[in-house]
Amino acid sequence: MSIQKPLSPAHRPAPLGGSLVTPVTVICALLSAIAVYILAKRFIFGLGAVTNINDGFPWGVWIAWDVVIGTALACGGYSMALLVYIMNKGRYHPLVRPALLASLFGYTLGGASVMFDLGRYWNFYHIFTPGLAHPDSVMFEVAVCISLYIMVMWVEFSPAFFDRFGWTGMKTLVERLMFAFIGLGVLLPSMHQSSLGSLLVVFGHQIHPLWQTPLLPLLFLLSAIAMGFAVVVFESTLATSGFRLKSETRLLAGIASVMNGLLAAYLVVRFGDLAVSGKLGLAFSSGFLSLMFWLEIAFFALPLLLLQGARRNRARCLFIGAVSMLLGGGLYRMDGFLVAYQTGAGWTYFPSLPELMVTIGLIAFEVLAYIVLVRVLPVLHPNKSEPAVAAAVAAE
Amino acid sequence: MTISRRNFLKAAAGGGAVLATTGVADPALARPNLEMPPKAIGLLYDATLCVGCKACVVACREANDLSPVFSTDEKLWDTPLDISAYTFNVIKMYKDGNGENKDQLKDGHAFVKRSCLHCVDPSCVSACPVSAMEKNAENGIVSYDADRCIGCRYCVAACPYGVPRFQYDTPKPKIGKCELCRHRLPEGKIAACAEKCPTGATLFGTVEQIKGEIARRRAAKPGEMVAYERQRVGSGDTHEKKAPRYVDHVYGEKELGGTQMMMLSGVPFVALGMPELPERSYSSISETIQHTLYGGLIAPVVALGGLVALAWRASKNHQDEE
Repeated sequence: MSIQKPLSPAHRPAPLGGSLVTPVTVICALLSAIAVYILAKRFIFGLGAVTNINDGFPWGVWIAWDVVIGTALACGGYSMALLVYIMNKGRYHPLVRPALLASLFGYTLGGASVMFDLGRYWNFYHIFTPGLAHPDSVMFEVAVCISLYIMVMWVEFSPAFFDRFGWTGMKTLVERLMFAFIGLGVLLPSMHQSSLGSLLVVFGHQIHPLWQTPLLPLLFLLSAIAMGFAVVVFESTLATSGFRLKSETRLLAGIASVMNGLLAAYLVVRFGDLAVSGKLGLAFSSGFLSLMFWLEIAFFALPLLLLQGARRNRARCLFIGAVSMLLGGGLYRMDGFLVAYQTGAGWTYFPSLPELMVTIGLIAFEVLAYIVLVRVLPVLHPNKSEPAVAAAVAAE
Repeated sequence: MTISRRNFLKAAAGGGAVLATTGVADPALARPNLEMPPKAIGLLYDATLCVGCKACVVACREANDLSPVFSTDEKLWDTPLDISAYTFNVIKMYKDGNGENKDQLKDGHAFVKRSCLHCVDPSCVSACPVSAMEKNAENGIVSYDADRCIGCRYCVAACPYGVPRFQYDTPKPKIGKCELCRHRLPEGKIAACAEKCPTGATLFGTVEQIKGEIARRRAAKPGEMVAYERQRVGSGDTHEKKAPRYVDHVYGEKELGGTQMMMLSGVPFVALGMPELPERSYSSISETIQHTLYGGLIAPVVALGGLVALAWRASKNHQDEE
């Protein structure tokens, strides 16, 4: 997403080049292939043939992880757009495009993985069919907003493709209108990331009171944006060390401070709500669920404590803080959708191995696609000395 | 320029303020519980009359063209243990101690019918994104249409009674649930379970008739002889039995805004596996949030305007900085 005028070549994103066949890409490809095999079984024999979902737990990890956590982990593009374009912090611009690419993948695959989980996937278009679409349904809102957002992100990312293919006219056109797409690209995830929380409201007493609240949408939204920033820190650290790029620690420290602001807001809302509704005691009296609750809180609190003052500028602290934030946000979602979902006596759920292999395969595919794309498309900012930059400039 | 938390929150408020108002429901947009439809029909299940013969289970299978479900090795008898996508109605049993005394909590037993309660304000209907679950505006039957269904199972997850069930063993799955034999009603027939019930434990009628019948039964003194109708309220097909001692609770009268199948029992409903529920429907809470945020798309459009303006400003600024 480059709104800017062309930068000097050294500052421009460029393809990294290099071999596509490495141990990492091969393992990722193998894991993806296993997932494809399991999915073939699912489509021939039905969901029960490969998953452990049942009428007590009709949603398993394919929803809780692949969609709910997966799209929250893909909030990097959203959070960065919020920071750079809505709050007008131009200096973070170099982090936008890589974040957007990860989001594009996270969301596109999250959206696609819904199709594996839908029992009657061939009817999917009914969600968009007037007369059948049901706007009162939270699911409707989530589905429509995620679908639209995936399209908006492809448009936002399209300049990178136009760069690659030298379609200057198209690139200029899209970039002129980009501000409108950016607006949509912030609105849509605000809507569906909050609604992913609202999905649980109608479950009523089936969600343990430590998680069930009308403030679910706000809590999901705050934590999703914070996870978006955390994932930018996480990915940037991995990419700079994995591809041996210049470190972006100073920018990441700024991101971490925004993330901590959101975390603080999240904790205030979470505990404030529990206190006002008189449910604080449950945090100590709910056995295993109390443990899960405090585990979440610990993960949320760690970055707040760790990333204070000068420590924020240390790459290791940043990385640990980001991982902790991601674990907290992930666990909060896993608890809400599965662990704290109490559907009545006699029902249990733990994902089957094939079910987990599909989720793992999906992540592997995401990693694989990310590596391939940053090597062939202008996404990351390589060091000046890298021959890839020269090649990219020459290509123009 | 550095970012402070305050600046961030300020900017966030500028762009997405409307989105952050989730908890504060505007009373004008609050969605109250839905009301009982004018010609609502339903069932009265009186656990004290039920003898556990399961004639209703068999009748339901025949009426809905469902094959027997087995839970024993021999696979000789229809023995469903619970409702499922292939069994829309079962009779379950409560048992304590030696189980000798019917409708008693201690050393007793009691039956309970599990099938769709046809909520006045159903969670499954609110949850369904494609109107596959619908509540008939006239008679209030909660129906399912497989041709619309996308198989997302939000209804399965949402139902507080665990009623809609899904077929996990086929590549072309459907949801299965009681639809109060809506396909038989145009033929002048009633729900098969009520038609075949030998004791009138399951009784068909309009909700108004059912409420009247409930009042009559609760008014009777325990031990006095009372006439009970079979099949439907007003059928005239009666038998006499001593009035039981009911618990002071009509299940379905108030639960989540009420249901069109109501139940009487001699033991507390918790013992029969029925959840204790508040009066406000979960769908009304969920839809109040949705309407507050998205009613008429007003808030999203306003927010979008603000976001686009801010993005436009940023794009200008970033160019000037070059």
